Amino acid sequence: MDELSTLSTSVQYIVVKLGNERFGINISYVDNIVRMTRMTRVPEVAPYIKGVINLRGEVVPVMSTRIKMGLEPDVETNATRIIILKFEQQGFIGCIVDAVNEVVTLNADSIEKVKDSEGDTFVQGVGKTEDGLISVLDLNALINEQI
Amino acid sequence: MDVSQYLDIFLDETGEHLQSLSDQIMILENEPENEDTINEIFRAAHSLKGMAGTMGFKRMQNLTHDMENVFSEVRNGNIKIKSENIDVLFRCLDALEGYTNNIRESSDEGTEDNEDIIKALNDILNSAKSGGTEEAAPAEEAAPAADAASGDGQAWTKIKLTDADTAAIGEAIKAGKTTYGFTVKVQESCILKAARAFLVFKAIEELGEIITSDPSSQDIEDEKFDFEFSIIAVSEAPLDQLIAAASNVSEIESVAGGVLDLDNAQMEDDGLGEEAGAAEAVADHDAAGDARAEHAEEAHVPATATQAPAKSEKAGDKKPAGKPVVNRTVRVDIEKLDVLMNLVSELIIAKNSLVSASGSTEDRNNSEITEQVEYLESVTTSLHESVMKVRMVPIESVVSKFPRMVRDLQKKLNKKMELYMTGEDTELDRTVVDEIGDPLMHLLRNSADHGLESAEVRRERGKPEVGSIFLDAYQEGNNVIIEVRDDGNGIDTEAVKAKAIERGVITPEQGENMSEKEIIDLLFHAGFSTAKVVSDVSGRGVGLDVVKSKIESLSGEVSVKSKLGEGSTWTIRLPLTLAIIQALMVTVGGEKYAISLSSIQTIEDVPKTSVKLVENKEVIHLRGSVIPLIDLHNVLEAPRVEEGDPEHMIVVIVTKGDKQAGLIVDELIGQQEIVIKSLGKYINKCKTISGATILGDGEVALILDANVLI
Repeated sequence: MDELSTLSTSVQYIVVKLGNERFGINISYVDNIVRMTRMTRVPEVAPYIKGVINLRGEVVPVMSTRIKMGLEPDVETNATRIIILKFEQQGFIGCIVDAVNEVVTLNADSIEKVKDSEGDTFVQGVGKTEDGLISVLDLNALINEQI
Repeated sequence: MDVSQYLDIFLDETGEHLQSLSDQIMILENEPENEDTINEIFRAAHSLKGMAGTMGFKRMQNLTHDMENVFSEVRNGNIKIKSENIDVLFRCLDALEGYTNNIRESSDEGTEDNEDIIKALNDILNSAKSGGTEEAAPAEEAAPAADAASGDGQAWTKIKLTDADTAAIGEAIKAGKTTYGFTVKVQESCILKAARAFLVFKAIEELGEIITSDPSSQDIEDEKFDFEFSIIAVSEAPLDQLIAAASNVSEIESVAGGVLDLDNAQMEDDGLGEEAGAAEAVADHDAAGDARAEHAEEAHVPATATQAPAKSEKAGDKKPAGKPVVNRTVRVDIEKLDVLMNLVSELIIAKNSLVSASGSTEDRNNSEITEQVEYLESVTTSLHESVMKVRMVPIESVVSKFPRMVRDLQKKLNKKMELYMTGEDTELDRTVVDEIGDPLMHLLRNSADHGLESAEVRRERGKPEVGSIFLDAYQEGNNVIIEVRDDGNGIDTEAVKAKAIERGVITPEQGENMSEKEIIDLLFHAGFSTAKVVSDVSGRGVGLDVVKSKIESLSGEVSVKSKLGEGSTWTIRLPLTLAIIQALMVTVGGEKYAISLSSIQTIEDVPKTSVKLVENKEVIHLRGSVIPLIDLHNVLEAPRVEEGDPEHMIVVIVTKGDKQAGLIVDELIGQQEIVIKSLGKYINKCKTISGATILGDGEVALILDANVLI
């Protein structure tokens, strides 16, 4: 994630909703956004792994962002989406979010770093937009299994 | 010129040429007079030389050059290939392979000059020269001489005209056109010779009509020419214009041409009616033609060597048996095939949704749609099959190196043996073929070293002196069977038992009670070797257990049958493809799971009352054996659905070696061919699941690894 924090130019973020809070996901990690689909449960895995889905013939694991972040379990609605993230090492991983709102461009200057001591380890920084604040998600922390 | 981008192609093609050389030299050893073989070797050596030269690998070029010289002489009948020459040639191939490996690793051919091999090759050449006739001049000189001749652009004068050609020329001349001949030389650095040649053809066709060419246009298209080709064309345009048009094509070194004089042109059949008229019509050009013909006569003698393959190819046009069929293939990265495979899966899923959508409306007007959907269904099914087939390759690529290996073994072990192979065209999934080479090599070496007896012993036993090793491959249902069989000594179970006891693999008491089969299975035990003398061929004691684990990692099995004194048969059974397995689909707690059919023994309907407790574990008695039960609901953390028969339960009996276990499932769906997909790197904790598959309706089902459960 070093490249993210050191970037001085502007970065595009997909703004998603989890509860009442708005989170930003760096668009360069986003492969696809799909509707909730039939999921196959996998035994013996961490509780936040909801199962696997079929994404264009590929089997992709899907996690509940809410459970991973210690929020209330997901309530599936018509707005629920799965953000398919793509990582060099882990490949495709899907993250369930309550809704996808928009794409914003944030300048590095307009993102305020969140210090580790402030507790919320999944948020990298807070960006300001006209519509309010956006918490920029630390994707590595999100998919890291240690937490 | 930067050639690094062609390195991969170079390496691939070099590999093929070396393999073809190896095959052909093997044939040559048995049939030293076989002209097709000699020509084929010459061609392969020549291509290698050209490729190495283009890529700037000088040492490789030198070595192939000398090898080509030897074959040039063989082809001219000045040298007879003897057994010791074959050895030199094989050393030569090994050296070339060494270069290729160096290039593959470091893009550099290395510094080994292989002077001893070059010297040996030259010795062969010199032995021919000592024959003393001038005809035996080394081919080195023949080649430049031919070049010199063509440098004057006279090669076209040697084109053979067929009846049809002369007739066409006659017609054209009557129409006031002139017949020209051209010899076009392509730059030696040119990579896409065929494309350049095509452009030259096109340029000339814009101005006139091409009657014939040497080599034939088909051969030119297939790049079966060295660096020059000749064309006979008729045109109204003057010669200069045609030459200019052809020269305009880039990477063309020179274009030489002249007016064709039918008197001096070489006819295939002299007794032609049209010919006379045609000849008269061009009589004006006689003077020029005569001079050229003389020249051609001079050039003719030394040029024979290079003309020979062209001629033989021409002959091949009429008699297809004359030349080997050229494979029309395209190299494709296997990853691209995987992508294609995924796209096809996606298409099938989309098709399935369409099927269910069109099925839901009962509207009669929809019959048109239903029809189209059915058509789509059949197309996607065949598409799927075709893509699967593309991944399959014949095992030939692996087994083709074995005849050479057996030949080397024969010398090394000082035994006489012959390898007979059948079913080289049997196809397996690419990934399996890549892995199967080493295990097969172990088995063959094992047969040669331990199986076959020495010639003396064989004679005493009344067997033919030359031992036979058979490698047979064939398809059986969804499996491919590869058998390695020898008519040697067979496995001496007593010796194996003694050895096993000596090695501490088994105790003498265990040995007493072992069946013959069990003793033979000891051979696959790690660290076991029965060879009395450890040779570098086999007998390092790492062979057979490695073979076994390798084959098992490919989901295959290996077994052996043997009869003392008569020989042994090693049988490898492999699944056709790793990507597809036959599976039993079951439901557990409303979820679908697949169990590989290969690990399933039987399916039983067991009354719940027959379940017994042994050491607090549930077991059932089945046909005399006690089988532990595994409730998949617990293993898979699946919800329990209280449906179905309260008295009975369905138990799938799975086996792993001698061990058995009964898996309790809710329901059986049926047998199905499934495509195995990985769960990805992110989920790697669950041991009981070996992968996933996508069902026809797009749903993901998990594949149970029964081996872990037992």
